[in-house]
Amino acid sequence: MNMSPAHIWLLIALIAIGTYLIRFSFLGLIGNRPIPEWLLRHLRYTPVAVLPGLVAPLVLWPEATGGTPDPARLLAAGATVLAGVLTRNVLISIFAGGGTLFAALQLFG
Amino acid sequence: MATAPITSAFRHGFIAGLPFILVAMPFGLLFGVVGTEAGLSIAEVMGFSVAVIAGAAQFAALQLMQDNAPTLIIVATALAVNLRMAMYSASLAPHLGPAPLWKRALAAYVLVDQVYAVSIARFENAPAMSIGEKLAYYFGSALPLVPTWYGASFAGAWAGAAIPPEYGLDFAIPITFLALVGPMLRSLAHVAAALTSVVMALALAGLPYNSGLLIAAVAAMVMGAEVERRMNGGKQP
Repeated sequence: MNMSPAHIWLLIALIAIGTYLIRFSFLGLIGNRPIPEWLLRHLRYTPVAVLPGLVAPLVLWPEATGGTPDPARLLAAGATVLAGVLTRNVLISIFAGGGTLFAALQLFG
Repeated sequence: MATAPITSAFRHGFIAGLPFILVAMPFGLLFGVVGTEAGLSIAEVMGFSVAVIAGAAQFAALQLMQDNAPTLIIVATALAVNLRMAMYSASLAPHLGPAPLWKRALAAYVLVDQVYAVSIARFENAPAMSIGEKLAYYFGSALPLVPTWYGASFAGAWAGAAIPPEYGLDFAIPITFLALVGPMLRSLAHVAAALTSVVMALALAGLPYNSGLLIAAVAAMVMGAEVERRMNGGKQP
């Protein structure tokens, strides 16, 4: 990456402070006030709203192939999600995806 | 006399937290390795793992840093991943609210997914616990996890610095994210949110400054919440 150490540390500081304030919010400053139901309903979906969108272009247009869709990486992505849905286990999913990628790269590469 | 139940609560929390070593260790190692491969120094990797202490957000920031996204977009995306913690904070507030401010401040620092999950389950099953016992259980459950996260990040960064960059770890971040997402798809609303996120992010991939992702995330959040509301027949709990 083309970033100066000062820029990287600025990012770390901003993300750290922001994350801490999110964690501290209701525990610290707002106290015992109940959080409105509509807000809870949206917060519930934040990880599942951000992570798939972040990963989709990386899967479809991988940098390693110059942005051309690649069967090995698509297969590995599918295996990872499938393992996650079936086992509900992050580690098993990582190994399923990594193993599939390794095998598929041997096979197609 | 009051110390015996508190020690016991701490011990129970610690035991409940032990299995998370198996999550934090490989995940931390991976962040360390991928971080140094992407160009972070060991100190910068540790800065992330100690100050931010939120794996998914750290990986998200790392990916966008490699894409040379603008500062504001990187921070906003990483914080969006962590917004769920506001929900954890709100749901723990009735239990830990009576504690002194400095203890709540420390509790906020270690408020990660796993600590929240075991603690809230325990507090709701044992409403008779005193505030002291609740705090002891909470910090007990965080104790195995947090040092493991630091140590594994450091070991990964140290190992990553020795791995030549051409060793194609390019797909480690996508696989990690997908592995996190799979287990989250536990209802129709979650699946709808995830699909919205994917379709919108791909459709808006051409927008400048990686801003398409944030728009996709907001749309996906609204989609998830709306599907949930309709599945519940519109009734308010």
